[in-house]
Order: sequence, then structure tokens, then C-alpha cells
Amino acid sequence: MKGEKDLLRFVTAGSIDDGKSTLIGRLLYESKGIYKDQLSSIEEFAEKKGEKEVDLSLLVDGLKSEREQGITIDVAYRYFSTDRRKFIIADSPGHVQYTRNMVTAASTANLAVILLDARKGVLEQTKRHSFITTLLDIPHILVVVNKMDLVDYSKDIFEKIKEDYLEFSSRLNIHDIQVMPMSALKGDMVTRRGDKMDWYEGRTFLQFLENVNIVSDRNLIDFRFPVQTVIRPDLDFRGYAGRIESGVISKGNDIAVLPSGKKSRVKSIVTYDGELEEAYAPQSVILTLEDEIDISRGDMLIRQRNVPDLADEFEAEICWMDEVPLEEGGRYLLKQTTNTVPAIIKEMRYKIDINTLHRKEDKELGLNDIGRVIIKTQRPVMYDPYERNHATGSFVLIDELSNTTAGAGIIWYPSGKLPETENTG
Amino acid sequence: MSDGYKISYLDNLESESIYIMREVAAEFEKPVLLYSVGKDSSVLLRLAQKAFYPGKIPFPLLHVDTSYKFTEMIEFRDNLAQREGLNLIVHRSENYIKKGMHPSKYGRDKCCKFLKTQALLDSLSEGKFDAAIGGARREEEKSRAKERIFSFRDKFGAWDPKNQRPELWSLFNTNVDPGESVRVFPLSNWTELDIWNYIKREEIDIVPLYFAKKRKIIRRDGLILLNDEFNDPREGEKVEEEMVRFRTLGCSPCSGAVESQASDLDGIIAEVAAALKSERENRAIDYESEGSMETKKKEGYF
Repeated sequence: MKGEKDLLRFVTAGSIDDGKSTLIGRLLYESKGIYKDQLSSIEEFAEKKGEKEVDLSLLVDGLKSEREQGITIDVAYRYFSTDRRKFIIADSPGHVQYTRNMVTAASTANLAVILLDARKGVLEQTKRHSFITTLLDIPHILVVVNKMDLVDYSKDIFEKIKEDYLEFSSRLNIHDIQVMPMSALKGDMVTRRGDKMDWYEGRTFLQFLENVNIVSDRNLIDFRFPVQTVIRPDLDFRGYAGRIESGVISKGNDIAVLPSGKKSRVKSIVTYDGELEEAYAPQSVILTLEDEIDISRGDMLIRQRNVPDLADEFEAEICWMDEVPLEEGGRYLLKQTTNTVPAIIKEMRYKIDINTLHRKEDKELGLNDIGRVIIKTQRPVMYDPYERNHATGSFVLIDELSNTTAGAGIIWYPSGKLPETENTG
Repeated sequence: MSDGYKISYLDNLESESIYIMREVAAEFEKPVLLYSVGKDSSVLLRLAQKAFYPGKIPFPLLHVDTSYKFTEMIEFRDNLAQREGLNLIVHRSENYIKKGMHPSKYGRDKCCKFLKTQALLDSLSEGKFDAAIGGARREEEKSRAKERIFSFRDKFGAWDPKNQRPELWSLFNTNVDPGESVRVFPLSNWTELDIWNYIKREEIDIVPLYFAKKRKIIRRDGLILLNDEFNDPREGEKVEEEMVRFRTLGCSPCSGAVESQASDLDGIIAEVAAALKSERENRAIDYESEGSMETKKKEGYF
């Protein structure tokens, strides 16, 4: 597989009118991610509206109802590829349902692109985007100072904004931040350097996307294999189907089954394309074991000396996504890995004001609120802190009455071990 | 980290799709795989085989046959089903077919509505299927770009774009009440080029109409139609012979071919990579009105 293209998923976040759609439109247009007939349909649209220039941002505006109203209502997924990588863009709209959309878009991203307007600098919205990016633990952030054409491509203005941003972000836990100038409208520093910002020596936007190192973002240390389903074509074969969410497993390795704690060894790693000696995240495989053990969906296979937490009470950050607020004492179905368990909100600790990052006491979370809660589950769940393992540290809360996905959660610590987070406000 | 743990984009997409297939099998009472005989369905089928190997695919395949599908598609379908031992259900809306439902008589929208959308909804409710796996991709069309991988449908099979369930990480909400259902799209994150590269890598069989060949054609309304049992030349039209192929397959009267020299997979991949037109451009049904796919999907179209 050496030398083959890999896959980068990124989220784009920006405020209204910061040129995000123009940037994505240009990226798709210049990398041929957009097709001629899609282009001609927006040309027609411009004509209908009596506009002279084709607006590249229209390439990424989705639904008819959205275009009529001039708003975007939901996360849209876009695709393009270069010789080096395939890219999936989760494009999060800037206003309506802001938090809910960005959290959704960010949940699968390796990289967050945060746009801001060179005339306006770091705004509250920028801070909000950055906070959500850190909450969702996206490993890389690229801050794009857009509309440089409107500030005469001034190096001083760029440097000042960069300084402001880095000052603010030093209070957040971000591993990798880059700040770059751009004019998406004119095309400077998107796929081409242009000739207006020779003072900037960093990579173009596309070069950055192609080169950001994502191999080390994967957790290849802690073997976690949530069982999805049991494959039993006949009496001689009993295999456990699942995706390796993290870590590596080899034939002959010892394993333990959670929650039962029973032990065995890997007999074979089976795939349609033949047996493997070794498999790793994020491969989907089937494992057979040396011993006959009762294992079913929702169980997790792990290595005997690398064990996740097992608890029926833990502390979590919740982003609420439903019109009906989350209340202390509320009951939900908690879905985590391949496991679904009844859960109760035992305690509402605090709500976070995502503009100021201040905490305040509250007994409920409304739509688009983020807050810290203690959750009690009917059975113990197997998890790792989210920061260490996104797949085993995340969950959703489902409202059993409406069946809707009401909230998204990130597990931090088992209850009782509550290190105080620093007050970032 | 060692280079040995690299994972290519195709491996990544494949693993995600297999994961989705298994979630469907594990969480729903009665899933079905919508098999349309096209290239995306062929990939979908291979992924389903991979997901449950060495077991069999634990749900049936359903083909909604409008009666206007290319003859080569039907032959391909029946051969495949026999060779692979597939549990294939074919559903035809005989009721409307007998009444002479045809795009030239009732218009494309109406024909699609009865022979495809209504037929699909009928067959899903007859089979009491609570999950229908389909091969749609988000890249194909703008209303698909915003659709969930597990996309909820109400009791009428309708999609409500403004009221979709949030979908985070790989945690798919599979809860539905009786009569409601979910459409599942394991190929959501694949592009047309990914599909072709995968077909090549996996040596997946596809309907020969995808490969360029000298075929008898008729030019009508900007489309290149195959001169077959469904399309006879009308007055003023003539039958020509051209090197053409199909980028997508549907019903013969509404699926246009493209002029092409791509007679093998490498040729197709090169052509798609350089393509300046999207693959649905030759599907007349999307162009009836602006936002027509969105409208159809709200009515329950796949």
C-alpha cells in the first residue's frame, strides 16, 4: 500500500460573509472537484438573478430551499482529490444551528480550517470555532486570514491578526496551529501563490492540505475491538466481526473480552481477501479465537495488559442538539461503540458560555448548549478518555420517545476522579 | 509510526462501508439491499459479501424493475444472482406497466414517480423492510450532499431535509417506530472515480454497457439513446452507429450514452479523472425542474 493516496477529512468553519463558500468553491473548481454541468447550472442562476460574475460560492450551496432563502441549514459534505490525497470536506454553515452543526462536522475531522476576515480580525465567532475544535480534539488547526485583497495584502495586518489569535489560543489546548493569509476571491494562496504576498513564505492552502501529517493522529497503541456482530455460517466457524477502532492485533496475541473478563488468543484474522497475520486501525476484520467463549454484540475485545476504563458513572461534556432541553434526572439511551445502554443524567455540573468560555451553573441544557454532566448508566460501559481515543470516548444520547439523536457526548473521567479544569474565561 | 500501518483511501472507504453494512445487519429486524444492477450496486454487493464473509449476506437484494431497463442489465442481473447464489427479489409495478405508463406518454416525472418511487415504497412496505441499503453517493447531487448515512424516513417513506438526525463519529441512530424506516448509504463518501478505482482493484464484474463499443443510437432531446426494443426512431430521426458508453444506467428511454473510446477500465478511469461533466448529466430525470432530485427524495425516491 506504500505510495498510495491516503484520506484527509477536514471541517471548515467560518462566520457569515467570511468567504468560506468562495474558498471551497474555488478549491473544487481549481482541483476539478466540480463538473461542467454543475458550473453551468450556477451560471444560469446568476443570469436569472441578473448578476454578471459567476459566484463560486454558489457551487457549494445545496438545497433549493436554501438557495431561495439564501441560507444554509445543514452540514454538507464535499469531495475532491489530488495525486497525493483524497479529501472529504465537512462544510459547517456559519449561523443557524451553529454549534450543533459544527460539532457534527468536527466529529470525524483530522483538521479544522477556521476562516476569518482580514478586515475584522479575531472575533467572538473565531473563538467559538476554536473552542469547539479543541472540545472535539481535532489534532490540527489551520487559521485562514481571508480577504487579504481588501486590506492591500498588508503583511502588518496579517501579523497582527496572527499574534492576536495565537495569544487567545494559548489558553486552549491545541497541538498544532498554523495561520496563513489568503484571498479566496482572487485565488491568492489557495492552489496558486499569486504575486501579491511574496512576504509570506509558508505553503499554499492546497499544499498544506496535501502535506499535513495525519499518520500519527491514529491511536495504534491501545487495541480496541468492539464486536458488531457474530458470523456463524456453520458449526465449525465462529467469528467476531468488527472494526479495529485503535491499536494493532496479530495472530496468536492474547486477548480479553469485556465486560466478562474471559481470556483467550487470536486464532485467525479473517477477511474476504484472505487471512491476515496482523491487522490495525481502522481495518474491518473478523477475529476467531482459540477458545469457545460467549461473546456478542456490544462486547469489546482488548489486549490483556491494556485495559480501558469500565464504569457505570462518569463525567462527560455534552453538546445538546434537541429542542427539548436536557434536564438533570433525564433518562436517555446512551449509544457508545456498539453498545446501547439506558442512562440517566445524575448531575448537571455546569454550562459553558461558548463566547466567553465562562462556566455557569444551570440545571438544564438547551439546543446548542454545551455543558458538563455526570452520567449514570444501567450497565458499566467500556471507554477511554476521549482525548486518548475518540472512538471509545464518544457517545450519543437518544431520546426514546422521539427516537431523535438529542445530544453528543465526550467522556473525560470516571466520576469521583474529577480534576478541575482550568478556568479559561 | 511504521510505514506498515499505512491505510490507503480505498481501504479507508472500504472499511467504513463494511462497518456500516454490519451495523445495519446487527441493529435492524429486516434490512434489504437495493440492487439496481449499476456500477455502484456492484460495489455495494461486493462490500456486503466482504462484510459477512465467510457467511452469506444476511439480507435479500431488491431490484425495482420498471420494465424499461436495458436488456443487458437484466441478463447481467439474472446471471449474477444465479452464480453467486443471491437471494434476489424483483419487484415490478405490473399495475401501472399494464396501464401503459411511459415517459413519452405521461412525462418523465410521472413515470419515475409510479414505476420507481411508488414501486419502491410498495415493495418496501410489502416486505416490511425497516432498513433499505442503497448505493447513493453524496457527491452525485446537491441534495445528496446533505443527507445522512443513516437517513430517516417517515411512515410515507418521505425525507425531511430540515429535520435530519445529527450524525456524529460512527454512532448511527437506528431507532425507528413501527412503519418508519431508514435508508442507509454505505457509499456516501465515495466519488465516481473511487468507484471505478475500486472496481478495477477488486476485479468486480459490471454490465458491459459501461464500456465503449459501436452501438446503434438515436439522438433525441440532447440525449444519445440506444436503439433497442425501447427506442425506435421517430419521424425525422435516424439510427447511427457510434462508439458510445453509459456513465450511469437506468431506464433505456431516459438514460443517455456518451461518445467515448473507453473500452476498458483504464480508459474509463482516465476519462472520469479528466471529466468536465458530472455523471448525472445524461440522466434526463434530474433536469425536469430545478431541485427535482430534492423534490423526489421528499416523496420517497431513493
